[in-house]
Amino acid sequence: MTTTSPAPTPIVELVNVSRQFEQRRKLVTAVDNVSLAVAEGEVVCLVGESGCGKTTTGKMLAGLIPPSAGQIRYNGQSLSQMSAAEFQRYRLAVQIIHQDPYASLNPAHTVFDILSAPLLRHGIVRNMSNARERVRELLRTVEITPPDDFMEKYPHQLSGGQRQRVSVARALTVKPDVIVADEAVSMVDVSIRVSLLNMLTRLKRDLGVTFVFITHDLAVAKHFAWSGRIAVMYLGRLIELGRTPELINNPQHPYTRALLSAIPEADPHITRTKQRVQLRSMDIPSLLNIPSGCSFHPRCPLFEQGLCDTRVPPLTDTAQGTQIACHVIARDQAQAQAHIQETHMS
Amino acid sequence: MTNAALVVDDLWVEYPARRGVVKAVRGVSFELRRGETLALIGESGSGKTTLGLTLVRLLPKVARIKHGRILFQSDGKTTDVLTLSAESLRQFRWRDCAMVFQGAQNALNPVLRIESQFLDTAKAHGLTDVAQIKERAIELMKMVQLDPARVLSSYPHELSGGMRQRVLIALGLLLKPQIIILDEPTTALDILTQRSIIDVLRKLKTQLDFSLIFISHDLSLAAELADRVATLYAGTIVEIGNVFDIFSHPSHPYTLALTRSVPTVMGEMHELASIPGSPPDLIDLPEGCAFHPRCPFSTRECQIEEPTLETVGQDQQAACWHWRDVKP
Amino acid sequence: MFSLAHSLRQTLKLLTRNKVGFAGLLGILFFLTMAFIMPLFVPIDARTHMDRIYAAPSAEHIFGTDFQGRDVFSQLVHGARDVIIIAVLTGAMSTTIAVVLGSLSALLGGWLDSAIMTVADFWLAIPTFPLLVVLASLVKLDNVILLALILSLLSWATLTRAIRSQVLSLRQRDYVEASRSLGMGTRHIIFNEILPNMMSYIAISLILAMTSAVYAQAGLAFLGLIPFSDNNSWGVTIQLAWTKGAVFFKNSFLYIMAPVLAIALFQLSLVSFTRSLEEVFNPRLRAG
Repeated sequence: MTTTSPAPTPIVELVNVSRQFEQRRKLVTAVDNVSLAVAEGEVVCLVGESGCGKTTTGKMLAGLIPPSAGQIRYNGQSLSQMSAAEFQRYRLAVQIIHQDPYASLNPAHTVFDILSAPLLRHGIVRNMSNARERVRELLRTVEITPPDDFMEKYPHQLSGGQRQRVSVARALTVKPDVIVADEAVSMVDVSIRVSLLNMLTRLKRDLGVTFVFITHDLAVAKHFAWSGRIAVMYLGRLIELGRTPELINNPQHPYTRALLSAIPEADPHITRTKQRVQLRSMDIPSLLNIPSGCSFHPRCPLFEQGLCDTRVPPLTDTAQGTQIACHVIARDQAQAQAHIQETHMS
Repeated sequence: MTNAALVVDDLWVEYPARRGVVKAVRGVSFELRRGETLALIGESGSGKTTLGLTLVRLLPKVARIKHGRILFQSDGKTTDVLTLSAESLRQFRWRDCAMVFQGAQNALNPVLRIESQFLDTAKAHGLTDVAQIKERAIELMKMVQLDPARVLSSYPHELSGGMRQRVLIALGLLLKPQIIILDEPTTALDILTQRSIIDVLRKLKTQLDFSLIFISHDLSLAAELADRVATLYAGTIVEIGNVFDIFSHPSHPYTLALTRSVPTVMGEMHELASIPGSPPDLIDLPEGCAFHPRCPFSTRECQIEEPTLETVGQDQQAACWHWRDVKP
Repeated sequence: MFSLAHSLRQTLKLLTRNKVGFAGLLGILFFLTMAFIMPLFVPIDARTHMDRIYAAPSAEHIFGTDFQGRDVFSQLVHGARDVIIIAVLTGAMSTTIAVVLGSLSALLGGWLDSAIMTVADFWLAIPTFPLLVVLASLVKLDNVILLALILSLLSWATLTRAIRSQVLSLRQRDYVEASRSLGMGTRHIIFNEILPNMMSYIAISLILAMTSAVYAQAGLAFLGLIPFSDNNSWGVTIQLAWTKGAVFFKNSFLYIMAPVLAIALFQLSLVSFTRSLEEVFNPRLRAG
């Protein structure tokens, strides 16, 4: 007899979350019915092109934007049922790191000001000398050394990579459970990117921080989240979700395949002979005019009239281990299953 | 030399800033061979943008070209772009050499339809046959994989970023220039859009006869399109060579480090290594080789004298005292 | 933690860096001296000297005398006080109202924002000058503080709108969002995140509010709406020169031009000083 222990409560969870915005008098659905459970200590990458809703999803996770529909849960408790104090605690528990190193730090403050403000505000330290000590520790944690050289510097005196590190340190001041990194390495030089990613990985390992890493760069997602999962979004919907090795090596959804095949590789032999997935159309639909049924159908090589343009496909499990939202593949798999069962039984 | 479309000879460009003098381009020499695609790869602080602007003399007024020549060779004639008169320079730009800038998606006039922009540009360069220009515009639209009817009658804001980039490439080809310079052609574009731009560029290279320089920080782009790659660091070319050689056996530590720091999607999960330290300060460069503070191979020698490009392979040159030790 | 307090030495250095700005600063200091220190040394010439009316400029009377034979220079010196007080008080009051209302409106949004903006829109439709004229007929505008109050109550709308748009745009910045995420609170966001990045804007708005107050006062004075006193402000001096017919006396050229120039130079000093203020409040010019 087997006993299955219940799965641990995810630290943050999105349950059928949607978010709409008003744009030019029309209602735009930036995020449509997304469900995602993030386990403690996990790394989940939200991947997609611009306009797919990944940033909006990240901000909803951080409690900065309320969802238009659906629930967000923190340690099992729904945000809408939290008291003001509980919600405040939640906001502190999920921190965000922004993309643009030139906009993420207040130009009028020194590094010390930026890092000590939350420490003092929330009573994490009791006086200025404790604050100085803690700021030094934080700077060391993000590999800005020697810390004393940087405390009195202004953001414009730091490089892009250093600014991002200070952003991370700022997020760490309140000891968050989850860090949402919104394209946090996209605007940094390639050669610096890796050290930033390595630092974030170290934080995950040493402090047990959960990461939701938002990026449009699948290669970065692969490297950062190799031990975690990737969620691919398209026009506001989650279309593929799975553990990184499976998703990268054996992508199922035609969009994921198209993305992976389109990425140029840093090796001329590989990249010039790589097979590209041909899409039916290069037109990217606007959010004001989302195609009916499966929103990818106008471009999808697997498109089948009547099946793909009528209903929105739900996320279903595939035999390969990832979950995808595709009518065609779901149907083919179901047929294959049925076929196997038939032959098994006969 | 006759095989080259453009020869840059010992170019030095600097400009004054509050803190001191920014030495953006320091002794850059290279040639753009006829019909080839040359990638100039560099990160922030490499001087690549200044170099690109110098090639078409679009530097800000405060910039000073201290030394060097930019020789444009065509029809057996050689002219130094840096000595062209204002009128000749105007003709050189766009007719002989077109440049498409970074973030150029915003370079289109927002109140003109695309077709008008083509007509405008053509008129500015003395072409008057409207029918012929319109025909050429349609031809160009097809070459960059855009629907002529739809795009030519649109305003820029009605087109996506990727489409605008393609329009600009088409505009660049309008006068059939011999040289096209693209500055960060795919930065800030989505993966699938990038892919379409890359494919368009590749097709154009085979269909038309021009030489292409593109300036980027994206090494993978070079792997896709370039015939030769030059890596820039702190205002100089530290390595230049055939694309396959550069990637398989880079001979400069910076090039090596760059290839190691780019994550790949296909292939094995390899250990990514970043380059320690910070990008160089072009005002206050270190003594000797500009890369030595971050270089794992550096020795005393590197701190004293700056190396110059020397031949390290067939059609490959690197500026490093220890190039023999550099192995992937 | 209002970290704009950098060392005094550094501030002085930045103030002097821009030549035009520095000239403006010197001008302001000069007029301040004129308004508050020189009156201790230059006596008020209160009595009439009918034998000396419209006298030409001389060693004794640098700018000549007025229609009553009084020394013009001493009038200027004693008249400076009212001008400066109007400028400073009105500037300070209207800017404070604008900053408070503008930032609350932009940050809290919702009904408060709509309410404040609607009132502001109404207010903007009021023709300020005619209203001032009407008020002047109802209220004796002899008290400089009263006039300052009235002027600032009339001019808050434009400034508030401007401040509000600045705050709205700064509110979108990533570092403000980070502060929200870190639970720093609205007060911190206004005073520590947004305002420090608007200091340049606020300072310049303050200076411009000052200049428009000076013009308003001069204009009111010219229309004869400000009562005379022993220390007439420059506007009143001009008004008196005009109505008493000084223009017909060729010796009175300086009598008329002196207060005009005084106003013009004071305004010029204020506006020039804004250049220095831009430097002082620009964080990129600071080295940590």
